[in-house]
Amino acid sequence: MISFLASRLAFAGLVLLVLSAFVFFLFFVAPGDPARLLTGEKATEAQVAQVRANLGLDRPIHEQYLSFLGRTVQGDLGFSYRNQQPVTKLIANRMPATISLGIGAVLMWLALGIPIGIMSARHPGSWRDRMGQGFILVGVSFPTFVLGMALLYLLYFMPRQAGFTLFPAGGYKPFLADPLIWAWHMFLPWVTLALTTAAIYARLTRGEMLAVMGEDYIRTARAKGLSERKVVLKHGFRSILTPLTTQLGADIAAVLGGAIVTEQVFGLQGIGSLAVQAVGNQDRPIIIGVVLLAGFFIVVANIIVDLLYVLLDPRVRGAH
Amino acid sequence: MTAPATDTAPAVVQRGSFELTLRRLLRDKAGLLALAFILLLVAFALGAGVVEAWTGHSAFEQYRDTGLTPTGMPVGPGAEFLFGTDGLGRDVMVRLAYGARTSLTIGLLASVLASFIGVSIGLVAGYFGGWADIVLGRTMDLVMSIPVLLCALALVSVFGPSVILSVAVIVFFSWTTIGRVIRGQVISLRQRDFVQASRSLGAGPFSIMIIDILPNLSVPIIVYTTMMIPNGIVFEATLSFLGLGIVPPAPSWGGMLAEAASNSIYLVAWWLIMIPGAILLIATLSFNILGDALRDALDPSGRPARKRRKASKP
Repeated sequence: MISFLASRLAFAGLVLLVLSAFVFFLFFVAPGDPARLLTGEKATEAQVAQVRANLGLDRPIHEQYLSFLGRTVQGDLGFSYRNQQPVTKLIANRMPATISLGIGAVLMWLALGIPIGIMSARHPGSWRDRMGQGFILVGVSFPTFVLGMALLYLLYFMPRQAGFTLFPAGGYKPFLADPLIWAWHMFLPWVTLALTTAAIYARLTRGEMLAVMGEDYIRTARAKGLSERKVVLKHGFRSILTPLTTQLGADIAAVLGGAIVTEQVFGLQGIGSLAVQAVGNQDRPIIIGVVLLAGFFIVVANIIVDLLYVLLDPRVRGAH
Repeated sequence: MTAPATDTAPAVVQRGSFELTLRRLLRDKAGLLALAFILLLVAFALGAGVVEAWTGHSAFEQYRDTGLTPTGMPVGPGAEFLFGTDGLGRDVMVRLAYGARTSLTIGLLASVLASFIGVSIGLVAGYFGGWADIVLGRTMDLVMSIPVLLCALALVSVFGPSVILSVAVIVFFSWTTIGRVIRGQVISLRQRDFVQASRSLGAGPFSIMIIDILPNLSVPIIVYTTMMIPNGIVFEATLSFLGLGIVPPAPSWGGMLAEAASNSIYLVAWWLIMIPGAILLIATLSFNILGDALRDALDPSGRPARKRRKASKP
């Protein structure tokens, strides 16, 4: 168990190390001089050199990378080139919108995908199964930003044309101010971010359930006289929690990527839109910060998934 | 290997594997419909020049007199502009046709390249096992735990948006799925008798991998490559939508949708999102349906997931 955890932690460290090296050296080989960018067009050579020295950009690359690593480990992500604010603060300001979006979307895709998958698998070939499969196909094919724009058009703009407000156009309202207003503003972004993944969960749940429900122990459970509900949930669904968890680990990690597009469509001031703006402004410390943060999220999600395995599957406990 | 066809029983017709597959495929109506749409789309993309000549509109020219209303708004679908015009008075249909070229080329190119890399690495990792497998398997894990879109953002901010970069990013992040599948298949294939036989005849590892094992992987390769095409198309459209893919004014589906989203102009001109959005959706849908149909036709024994699970039970 301990060695299992240690190997997972070592891999997590490796992922973060590779990621940090990737972004750092990427920007090191990048054309354009950050010192020049910071000082502006009119600055003299001496001023640029001064800024370069202040940032440590005149030192050899490996020294720069090591000091960058050292600062990052201490939670210091540097300062924005654009407005000199600490990157950690800029990210923290954008956190609430992205976290609201992410948590809501995860809950929504689980609440949508798993029941559809179970329903589909319980009546294979029926009209319900066909509807479920239709949902899966359309869902996995729907590009996120097309869905977001279509929802805005159909549920925000058309009702407004007709004279009433069904959903707002977007924007983030703080949760603490009024949870209802918050949820109302987040609903369309949640649907947008959740639909594709909900379809993937429905497909996974359907496939796994179909396989499990053919097992002998399910027949035994039925023969014992258990209710169908108990057979499906306690015996069938229980055993597919492991593959679902694997998928969840990978998808929670991908939320940040999907959030970029969703935030863009709905004008949410989250981490994704921060990154897109930073690319426009060539604000490298922010890009590096967001990439590392995303990597950190992914690594943590993977470790949580590994721990959940141990809880969910007694066989894993035995193996390590 | 193939026995000569004997006509002892005239009623029984010998059918090759290809013919059987084709017959199964032809019975799948949804699959055929999807294939028909894909062929139509390919024709639309290849015939972009024809569309241009037929409408008399170029993809770049801004028709300020006919393509915009007196107040400067885009014109809806009609006789002059079949799919309407965009915010600059350009013909949406002609731009869609050229955009189809971009989307299909990138989707296809990226899928084939990713599949080539994935299959090569999966073959080596699965066949040799041991250290090669550990290193390559861990590399796949590593690539899978990288935040894809954000790294694409970082790359684009450094090198600037381009077609080559888009393809490279899509390839880099999509070879792992097929790589894992192939690795798993190779591990079970390398124990089989025909591989042992080949080895005992003195065949080297590369000859075994290419001549004996690779042909047995044609089903997953075809299916997974097809399934990767829609992902590539969507990824390209997403990059272009964020302004990181195809550089405007070159037409691309994602770029057209991004232009529709800027200034929220699509709220007064529904065709700017509904038409490119619908084509994009139907394209990805068709490739996904075709992928399913191909899998069912090529591997009639049923879903591989079910079989694997059953077999693994003690």
